[in-house]
Amino acid sequence: MLDALLAPFARLGHWVIEAVRRLGFISRFLFAILMNSAQSLTRFHLVIREIYFAGVLSLIIIVVSGLFVGMVLGLQGYTTLVRFGSADALGALVALSLLRELGPVLAALLFASRSGSAMTAEIGLMKATEQLDAMNVMAVNPIARVVAPRFWAGVLSMPVLAALFNVMGILGGYYVGVILIGLDGGSYWSQMQANVDLHVDVVNGMIKSLFFGAAVTLIAVFEGFDATPTAAGVSAATTRTVVTSALVILALDFVLTAFMF
Amino acid sequence: MSFAYGERTILERINLKIPRGRLVAIMGGSGSGKTTLLRLISGQVAPQQGEIIVDGRHVEHMSERELFEHRRRMGMLFQFGALFTDLSVFDNVAFPIREHARLPDAMVRDLVLMKLAAVGLRGTQDMMPSELSGGMARRIALARAIALDPQLMLYDEPFTGLDPISLGAIAHLIKKLNDALGTTSVMVTHDVERSLNIVDYVYFVAGGTLIAEGTPDEVRASASPWVRQFVRGEADGPVHLAYPATTTLSADLGLGDAHA
Repeated sequence: MLDALLAPFARLGHWVIEAVRRLGFISRFLFAILMNSAQSLTRFHLVIREIYFAGVLSLIIIVVSGLFVGMVLGLQGYTTLVRFGSADALGALVALSLLRELGPVLAALLFASRSGSAMTAEIGLMKATEQLDAMNVMAVNPIARVVAPRFWAGVLSMPVLAALFNVMGILGGYYVGVILIGLDGGSYWSQMQANVDLHVDVVNGMIKSLFFGAAVTLIAVFEGFDATPTAAGVSAATTRTVVTSALVILALDFVLTAFMF
Repeated sequence: MSFAYGERTILERINLKIPRGRLVAIMGGSGSGKTTLLRLISGQVAPQQGEIIVDGRHVEHMSERELFEHRRRMGMLFQFGALFTDLSVFDNVAFPIREHARLPDAMVRDLVLMKLAAVGLRGTQDMMPSELSGGMARRIALARAIALDPQLMLYDEPFTGLDPISLGAIAHLIKKLNDALGTTSVMVTHDVERSLNIVDYVYFVAGGTLIAEGTPDEVRASASPWVRQFVRGEADGPVHLAYPATTTLSADLGLGDAHA
């Protein structure tokens, strides 16, 4: 009877302890990556290769999504702004929403599901097929050779992808607002120019995406490295990467926004 | 030397010696802890008790740097090859050379082609591992393992899952490499017939302990019922096929009381 009553608390306790353990584990993993990053810098072609897989191959989804998000912003923004007779401010609205929030957050979410999951699956399968063990036995540290280049590739790609997302969004807003609806193109750009601050809006947005890139890639490589080396284990790890990344991006966004703006 | 994964004891009080330049097989059934022995020798896991000495140096006390130094003089062939699937055959074999030696590209190329020729697969260098058959992949993995001319070669089940011809080719290669390079070789296997033909000495492991040893001729003539069962592949003998369950089958099926 008592056991049944206490079971939920025991489960809660177990869950908390497990979460803290994993948090400690991932922190030590980050430390290990940083300690083993020298090779990523001296053999930069390893990082470039991963930038190709994580960043360049994500371009399509980032560019197309950015364009559509901008077009939706243009439509929604126009219908709201026109009620207050300030449709001219559309350019500022689109640019500020994208630069401050939507660009970094949505690009990071897309990056997590496109490239983060791929990294987890790849590293997990390398573990399952003993490739990481083989590397270790050949006296090559897999953290230096496999994990660190992917981590830095993610950190470097994310701000660029977010910036591209923003550019495409602003063009999408221009297309809907100016070309389809017929607002004045000059005021679209001049309102944007007058209201967007380089430091507050653009740089802060980039800093956000730098954090998101580090968080998503760290989670992705960690989950891959920590995966149970079976088919089911790798699939569970891939799912965890996407879910954890999404939650961490949104939580981190709140914290960073509170500090920045 | 003893070793346990958590509470589960895998190896208990094992003591074996592998002389320099010899080809030694460690045989035993699946799950007898043979592969763990290789992981102990390569320093991937450390024993709870006892010591592992390779070339006069204690593996169990090595720092990470020393371990990597130790492994640089060692090659290991994994059960399924463990080729890097994102690299071509050439890059796979070149991997240890590029990681550990700063050589000009032309010299790396020559070395790789020589290693590929040694395993009889020159001409496959541009293929990807997914295009190779199991036997070819195993031979490429062997070429990669010997890329840096190791003093100690570890083979983890080199014969598993191969057709008779590839199997013969691998066995021949292992023997040839051992003789030609003067490498000390440790082979973990349960392929008795094939191994007895090529090795110098055999250790039998069962239930985590060493139960028999000898040269191939001694093993073939062995009076030990366990060794005879293993060598002849009989289903019944000192080793039982069934896992020692704590309940009876009829009890598990819910028939226990009716019959009792």
